[in-house]
Amino acid sequence: MLSVRSLEAGYGRARVLFGVSFDVEPGRLVCVMGRNGVGKTTLLNTVMGVLPATAGTVTFEGRDVTRLRPHERVRLGLGYVPQGHETFPQLSVMGNLLVTLEASPHKDPGALDEALEVFPRLKPLLKRRAGFLSGGQQQQLAMARALVTRPKLLILDEPTEGIQPSIVQEIEEAIERLHASGLAVLLVEQYLDLALRLADRFFILDAGHVVRAGGAEELRGEEVHRLLAV
Amino acid sequence: MEAIVNQLPIGLSIGAVLLLIALGLTFTFGQMGVINMAHGEFIMAGAYTAYLLQDWAGRQAVIVALPVAFGVAGLMGLVLERAAIRHFYGRPLDTLLLTWGVSLVLQQAARDLFGAPNVQVQAPSWLQGGIGILPYNRLFIMALAIGSVVAVWAYMSRTSQGRRMRAVMQNRQLAAVMGINTGRVDQRTFFIGSGLAGIAGVALTLIGPVGPALGTYYIVDAFLVVVAGGLGQLRGAVIAAVALGLLNSYAEFWTNASLAKVIVFVAIIAFLQVRPQGLFVLRSRALT
Ligand SMILES: Nc1ncnc2c1ncn2[C@@H]1O[C@H](COP(=O)(O)OP(=O)(O)OP(=O)(O)O)[C@@H](O)[C@H]1O
Ligand SMILES: [Mg+2]
Repeated sequence: MLSVRSLEAGYGRARVLFGVSFDVEPGRLVCVMGRNGVGKTTLLNTVMGVLPATAGTVTFEGRDVTRLRPHERVRLGLGYVPQGHETFPQLSVMGNLLVTLEASPHKDPGALDEALEVFPRLKPLLKRRAGFLSGGQQQQLAMARALVTRPKLLILDEPTEGIQPSIVQEIEEAIERLHASGLAVLLVEQYLDLALRLADRFFILDAGHVVRAGGAEELRGEEVHRLLAV
Repeated sequence: MEAIVNQLPIGLSIGAVLLLIALGLTFTFGQMGVINMAHGEFIMAGAYTAYLLQDWAGRQAVIVALPVAFGVAGLMGLVLERAAIRHFYGRPLDTLLLTWGVSLVLQQAARDLFGAPNVQVQAPSWLQGGIGILPYNRLFIMALAIGSVVAVWAYMSRTSQGRRMRAVMQNRQLAAVMGINTGRVDQRTFFIGSGLAGIAGVALTLIGPVGPALGTYYIVDAFLVVVAGGLGQLRGAVIAAVALGLLNSYAEFWTNASLAKVIVFVAIIAFLQVRPQGLFVLRSRALT
């Protein structure tokens, strides 16, 4: 479904990704792991087209999307929840959802209800300004907002980072349910136990290289701990 | 006392013109962070549009010109954004020099097309006269400014296009990855902002002659209105425009035109020392 080959990207002259390759098969949950600053966010941003790829290709459902602009990739079915529970702070919760719905190819208001079913906690908050929500609520809003586009692949960048524990569990359950319903997920996660519970496949990034990839069983082991230790 | 009262409609209508110009700038400067020095020439283009339309619409030219000037100035802005400004986003100094150059070219073009001397646009006969000290033409300008503010407010807060525009201005990168075509939104923002300058130009034909340098008289004041009001803030722009218009006309009345400018600048600099962020603040991300 998503196929990344020999991808390279960086900021100005500083290269961050050095030939990253991986696949996400339909319905799979693939987890990207690695210490702070190894290039996980850079990788997702390059997959979404926020950063240009300096080499390599990104293919989505058989189509080369390497040169497409971000909104064109969203139209094709990539849904992105960037790191740091970002919102449009001056828009209401509903405004955040609506502005995304209106830009989506299907524009079906039913998608709003579907997204709110996944995150019912948002329902009483629809009129509130997004900037006034707690971090956990903003994260749920960010995920609901990505769902509104009815993505075929959901890309999540550390959805539980810095979020109060009660909500972390809700977010984990939501990811689990979405995955169980058949949605493919590409997840960046730093917590090993969470990754172990959720992921079908994983790969570990270190200094912009994929240093390990495989099934969940391979995530147990001394060397893996070393690669993830902070 | 009577002189003070008589000066009031003049100050208010200058404030209304400044507001119309500043309203356009809240789009291009306030929201997109682009200092477009050619904005003043879009005002001039709007005024000449009214002038040209006299051949066809006679004394109703000013009314017919409102939508036409919006389109003409809007298109000029759109072309400028597509052809040049978009290549310089995040480089304010380059943008400033570039648009300043464009502004000079446009003024020269107006001189070549319409001649250097000022021309006059005939106001509709029903705008002559007035109630008491309030001349109809100045009332009309105030109504036009109020109408434009309401229209802009409704557009930004009640339509899906306005919502999209706000989303892009609040978090451009997030908007792009949520599926919004930010380039298209930039074009629309520029079209509307520049189009409003055209409307301001039509309004100016009601209170004075039209010349190639028409825009330069107002553009600096209008930028100051936007800065003093708080970037991209409608409320702030309204208050700042009216205050500046009144201050300008009273200062001019009691002293003279050039001293009045000095007084206005000093007042604004003093104000910005106290409140550098302007009257109202909205955390907004300009283009990077
Ligand atoms: N906007 C930027 N400009 C320049 N360098 C950047 C920028 N963003 C990230 N970097 C650098 O690129 C490298 C990879 O950063 P990236 O954000 O991709 O890491 P990450 O794996 O997502 O880290 P974290 O776990 O902290 O989110 C880091 O060395 C970082 O300093
Ligand atoms: Mg990151």
